Amino acid sequence: MTEYSNRSQYPQARADGSLDIDLTSGKYLKLWQGPNHPGITGNMSVELTVCGDEVVEGKTHVGYLHRGFEKLMERRTFIQCFPIVCRICVPEPDFNEYCYAAAVEELAGIEVPEKADWIRTLILEMGRINSYLMYLGGQAGAFGLGVIGQWTTYARDLMLDRFEELTGARIYHMFIMPGGVRDDLPEGFDQRMEETLQEIESTLQDVYDTMFRNAVFKKRAVGLGYVDPAWVDEYGITGPVARGAGVAKDVRRDQPYLVYDRLDFEPVIATESDTYARADVRRRDLLMSVDLIRQILARMPRQGEVMATLPNVLHWKIPRGETYVRGECSRGEYGYYLVTDGSGYPRRVNVRGPSYTHAMTLLEKLIVNVNISNVAGLMVSLHTYPPEIER
Amino acid sequence: METLYARLKEPFGLTDWVLQKPDLCFVTVAREQLRPLLLHLRDLEGFTHLVLLTAVDWIEEDRFQLTYLLHDRAKARDIGVRLMLPREDASMDSIHELWPTAATYQRELREMFGIDFPGSPRVNEDFILEGWADLPPYRRDFDTLQYAHEAYAERAGRETRDPARHMKEQLYPDGGQDD
Amino acid sequence: MKDELEKRLDRRPNDHPQRTALKDIPVREELLPRTVKTPDGQEIRIDPLQDYYCQAGPTVQTPAYTRIIEDLFNWARAESLWILGFGTGCGAIEMRPLMTPRFDAYRYGIQWRPTPRQANLLVISGYLSVKTLKRAIRAYEQMQNPKYVVGLGSCTINGGMYWDSYNTIKCLDEYMPVDLYITGCMPRPEALLQGFDDLKKLIRAGKAEGANRYAENFDWYKTNQKRVIRDWDMPDYSW
Repeated sequence: MTEYSNRSQYPQARADGSLDIDLTSGKYLKLWQGPNHPGITGNMSVELTVCGDEVVEGKTHVGYLHRGFEKLMERRTFIQCFPIVCRICVPEPDFNEYCYAAAVEELAGIEVPEKADWIRTLILEMGRINSYLMYLGGQAGAFGLGVIGQWTTYARDLMLDRFEELTGARIYHMFIMPGGVRDDLPEGFDQRMEETLQEIESTLQDVYDTMFRNAVFKKRAVGLGYVDPAWVDEYGITGPVARGAGVAKDVRRDQPYLVYDRLDFEPVIATESDTYARADVRRRDLLMSVDLIRQILARMPRQGEVMATLPNVLHWKIPRGETYVRGECSRGEYGYYLVTDGSGYPRRVNVRGPSYTHAMTLLEKLIVNVNISNVAGLMVSLHTYPPEIER
Repeated sequence: METLYARLKEPFGLTDWVLQKPDLCFVTVAREQLRPLLLHLRDLEGFTHLVLLTAVDWIEEDRFQLTYLLHDRAKARDIGVRLMLPREDASMDSIHELWPTAATYQRELREMFGIDFPGSPRVNEDFILEGWADLPPYRRDFDTLQYAHEAYAERAGRETRDPARHMKEQLYPDGGQDD
Repeated sequence: MKDELEKRLDRRPNDHPQRTALKDIPVREELLPRTVKTPDGQEIRIDPLQDYYCQAGPTVQTPAYTRIIEDLFNWARAESLWILGFGTGCGAIEMRPLMTPRFDAYRYGIQWRPTPRQANLLVISGYLSVKTLKRAIRAYEQMQNPKYVVGLGSCTINGGMYWDSYNTIKCLDEYMPVDLYITGCMPRPEALLQGFDDLKKLIRAGKAEGANRYAENFDWYKTNQKRVIRDWDMPDYSW
C-alpha cells in the first residue's frame, strides 16, 4: 500500500471533497483503458485521469454488452426465458439458470426431485471451477505470466469436456430448467470426472509453484488493491473479495440452498485483503470445489426422477408474487429478483450480479493512486464480468 | 421476522407484509418514512448490506414500485422494502450517503425507468445506453420489438412463430379444441 | 449471400424505414470547438472533430500488375491472419481455447494482436450493441489494408437470440463489410478453425474483397452506420 501512496500533492481536493482536476494545466492526462485493450476484463472500459504514471481518478464505463435481458424476458413466457438467461454471464452461465429456475419454482410452488438438486449442485460447482481457472489465467496474465493462462485454459477445457458429456454443450448448457434438470448423469461419468479432477489438482499444484511463489507476482500483487473489511457492508462486497478481507461471507454456508447443508465445507478466508490474498482465496476455493464434487458424487442418490412434472408450459401462468433467490457464484452473491403478476410472462426480472458493485463503486475507489501498469491486475483481482453489470 | 414486523409496524406505518420465505419478507412503506426506516434497519436491526435497488413498472395502476432489498448477515435474513411512486415525473430521494453503491443503482434507474434521484452522484450521466433519445427502455409502454423493427435493418427470411399456436398446429393438424 | 448483398447495396439508403420523432442529441462538450491556453501562455483555437483526425476516406486497393504477383501476395496474406484481440461479445470466450495448446490456432499462422495497427482480421464475436458498434467501426478503420472481417455467431447474421432487442444490431453486413460468417450460438473452436480455413481459401482466391467494398460503397455504409449511432461524434473516417 505504502508503495503507491507517496504521490505528489496533486490534485488538491476542493472544499466539497471533489478533486480539483484541471485538464488544461498540463499536469493530468486522460487515458482510456478499454474496451479494446488486452488488460481489461471483458468488453468494458475505464476512463483514467493520470498524473505521471499514477491514477488520480477512474470512472468505469459499461454498457458495451447491453442486450436488455430484463426487457426481453418480460415479453417471453416463463419457459421461453430459460434459454436466454444463461447468456447473461458467459464464463459461468449456470448460476443464471439455477437462480431463475429456483425463483420460478418458488413462485409457482413446484417441488424439485431430490436427485435434481444434487445434479444442480454438481453443475454449479463444475461451473465454479471453470470460472476460477479462467480467473487464475487472467490474473497471472495481467502481471505478465502468460504461461499460467495456457495451463489453466487447458484444465478448463477438460472440465468443458465433462460439461459437454453431461449437457451437450461447452459454454451455454441450458441444463438446469424450471422443475429440475434435463437429464441424468451419463454412464461412467464418475470415473471420468475423477480423472479430470486429478488433472486439475496437478495443474493447480504447478500453478501454485510458478505463480504464487513467483517473486514478480508477489512483488506486484502484495499490497495492491487493499479492501478494508469495514467497507464490506458499505460497498456491498461479496464473495472472494469479502473473504479475502477476512469476512467469512459465503451464501453456501450462511443460507444453504440446494444440498449445501449436507456437504462438509468451511468458507475459505484470508486476512491480508490484497490482490495476492484474493488470488489465494480463489485458489483454495477451487480446491474446495474439487473436494465438494467428490463429496457430491459419493453421496448423491442414484435412483429417482430428475424432473418434476410441470403444467403445460405453453399456458403456464404464475400467481402474483415476488421473491429473491441468491446463490454463491465464483465472484460473489448472484441473485434474481422476480416479480410475477398472474399472467404467463414475468412482470419484472432483476439480475443482481456481484460485479455490479465490485466493478463500479469499489473499483473506482480502489483505482486511485494505483500505477497504470497495475490497473489491469487490480481489475482482474476483483473478478468482474461486465455482462452481469449491464445485462 | 414476525417480531421484527410487529415492532416496526406502528412507528413506521408499514403495510402489505408478506413473508415469502422464512428468511425473506416484503413490506410497503410511505415515502417520507423510507429514510428513517432504512436508517433504523441499517443501524439498529443489523440489515447492513444493500443487496439491490430496483423498480417495477405497474403501468395499470399508474405507479412505479421501488424495491430496496436489505440483508442481515448475522441472522441471515432479508427484508424487501417496497415504495410506491406515481408514474408522472417520478422522482425519489437519493440514499447514496447511506450506501455508496446505491448511486450506481440510481443511475441505472434514472436511465432505464426515467426515475430521477436529485443529488445522487453522476445520476444524469449515460450509464449503459449511449445517445438514447426514446422512452426509457424498461418502462412497460416502450415496445422493444417495434423499436428494433424500426431502428435496425433486418435480414429477410427470418420467421417467428407463436409457440402455443405452433404446437397446436403440429399436434392437432385438423383443428382441435380452442383453449 | 453475394446476390443478396448486391441487391442491398443497390438499394438507396433512404428506402429504409427510418425512425422519426427523435430528439436532437447534443454534441459532447469536449468535442465542441474551443480556445485553449498552452502551457507557455499561447492561445490556440481547436476544433476537435476537424483537428484530431484524418478526414480522407478509404481508397480502393488495386491488385498487383500481374496475376502471379497478386497470387503470391494473397498466399502471404492468407498465411498470416492476425486477429485484433477485441472481444466484442460472448463469442470471445471460445477464442481463448484457440490460443492454447489443445486447439492451437498459432500453427495456422493465426495470432492475436493487442492493437488494430498490427491486426488484419477483425472478428466480431457475437451480438454488437450500438455502443460497441461505434468502437468496432473505429477499430476497423484504424486497421491497415489488407483487412478482413469475420462475423461470429448467429446474432451477427440475423440477430439470433436478440432479434427483438432494442440495443443490438441485427445484420452486421449493413454496417461493416463482412467477408465470412461462422454460425452457431456459440460456434465451437473447431467451427472457428474451419471458418478461418475457409477465409484463407477466399483470400487465396482473391475473393475476400471486404475492404475494397467498404471503400467503394463508403457512403452507403456511413449512412447505415449513422442511422443507428445517433450520437455520431467522430469524423467520418477516423484512421
